[in-house]
Amino acid sequence: MGILLAIQGAVSQGVLWGIMAIGVYLTFRILDVADLSVDGSFATGGSICAVMIVNGMNPLLAVLLATAGGVVAGFVTGVLHTKCAIPAILAGILTQLGLYSINLHIMGRSNTPLLRVVTLFSALSDATGIPLAWVTLSLGFVFAVVLIAVLYWFFGTAIGSAIRATGNNENMIRSLGVNTNMTKILGLSISNGLVAMSGALVTQSQGYADVKMGIGAIVIGLASIIIGEVIFGHKLNFAVKLASVMVGSIIYRTIVAVVLQLGLSTDDLKLLTAVLVATALTIPVLLEKRRQMAGYVAVPKKTASEREEDSNADD
Amino acid sequence: MLTIKHVSKTFNRGTINEKKALRDVNLHLEPGDFVTIIGGNGAGKSTMLNMVAGVYPIDCGTIQLDGVNISRMPEHKRAAYLGRVFQDPMMGTAADMGIQENLALAYRRGQHRGLGWGITKKEKERYAERLKILGLGLEERMTSKVGLLSGGQRQALTLLMATLKRPKLLLLDEHTAALDPKTAAKVLEVTENIVGSDHLTALMVTHNMKDAIRIGNRLIMMHEGHIIYDVAGEEKKKLKVADLLEKFEAASGGEFANDRMMLS
Repeated sequence: MGILLAIQGAVSQGVLWGIMAIGVYLTFRILDVADLSVDGSFATGGSICAVMIVNGMNPLLAVLLATAGGVVAGFVTGVLHTKCAIPAILAGILTQLGLYSINLHIMGRSNTPLLRVVTLFSALSDATGIPLAWVTLSLGFVFAVVLIAVLYWFFGTAIGSAIRATGNNENMIRSLGVNTNMTKILGLSISNGLVAMSGALVTQSQGYADVKMGIGAIVIGLASIIIGEVIFGHKLNFAVKLASVMVGSIIYRTIVAVVLQLGLSTDDLKLLTAVLVATALTIPVLLEKRRQMAGYVAVPKKTASEREEDSNADD
Repeated sequence: MLTIKHVSKTFNRGTINEKKALRDVNLHLEPGDFVTIIGGNGAGKSTMLNMVAGVYPIDCGTIQLDGVNISRMPEHKRAAYLGRVFQDPMMGTAADMGIQENLALAYRRGQHRGLGWGITKKEKERYAERLKILGLGLEERMTSKVGLLSGGQRQALTLLMATLKRPKLLLLDEHTAALDPKTAAKVLEVTENIVGSDHLTALMVTHNMKDAIRIGNRLIMMHEGHIIYDVAGEEKKKLKVADLLEKFEAASGGEFANDRMMLS
């Protein structure tokens, strides 16, 4: 029974963290940039949300405000990367580092518990009488489905297509009149907005915000993306790709829940995640290599037309 | 149409790698001019095209296009007026996007890109019509990823993209140099057809002297950042490859003879 409950919790967590993973997907796969601001902006989302709720703000409004905070963080990374020509990885690390102090300032301390306050989940649970665990799960799904629909629409628009093209061939899209600094900044802003939104929802679900809650978020995001790709493959419609990231996130959380139930110490969780991502990245490479090696034959098989030529030669 | 006045460009100024790529270049193009540009490696041919396109800022001088001074306009703004095809077939298209998506990106060149659809049904029909010009059967594969196409097909597609929205000036930077001879001839043929039927003004860099003589109505030769020879009309038609080699040698004081193999 314990393990089933743990898995239900894991699925809820997977959905809420999956929104963060979708944000990582937008930069890592679409913009082709490894954005490390995520670890900072996730905690920024949580911090803003917690402080606002403690100060009596509507919990949904707090999520939107947290999202806006993430957009600003992404904007800063974007400006550092484009206008200041700092390599993307370093620009992200700088933002992440700076955000640590900013997050402490937002909360005024390192941890803000949400005690005896109304969260999105508790409000809905009280209003409907549905148990909190199920509310968390279903509300998380609603958020995820709406987000995937909006992103699917956005990346089909003229500006969304220009962002996709920026990640694909920057020189080409610039020669077609697109300011690629603008598309990169926009992409990073949207991505970090989603990450902060996820941080805000996770904060409301776990009942506290912590300045360290974002550590390793980028790796968890990558793990979700890669697990999704390993299971669903690459040749997919965009909406299905986003959904596969979400499924990847749920599977990741389930794996974590199971190994914790089996007695793994939470101290080892980050190591487990790192090993999981490294393994998931390695396996497709090794499989492809093996496939190519296994296809080797010393004497090539003759094609039908060659056999015909041979028989003609015999005549 | 295009007026280049006293344009110079030095790369890595003040360092040991200083390279004077363009020295006081002056050029005027009439509407409908199709100019071929030849010259040895490092003559400044590609640099001149890149200066017109705004890839790097110029050191001095002015570049006017159809009465507009574009000398200091950023690259993405000039793109509204220019169609460009590059030497590398990989450069002009987005490999992970479909053929029709690439065309739709090109169709919006120089326009505001907002929240309207990235591609409409009506456009798709138009693109299919345009793709038929190429005669490669690409109109049957509109949703295929461009990365699946061969270099020649990609280059032909890039050419179509560059001219989908009529450019004031078409810049072709050795756009057939990376293709095999047969494919190169095909892409050149399409180039001539499109430039002719749409009455485009074009600059084409090439290493093939025969093509340079045969194609277009005007030919310019560059050497060490200068335009050293400029010929048009009947005089150009009568040119022979040997004449061009002679011009090269005269201009470069004989040193050019070493490059003769590569250019003939």
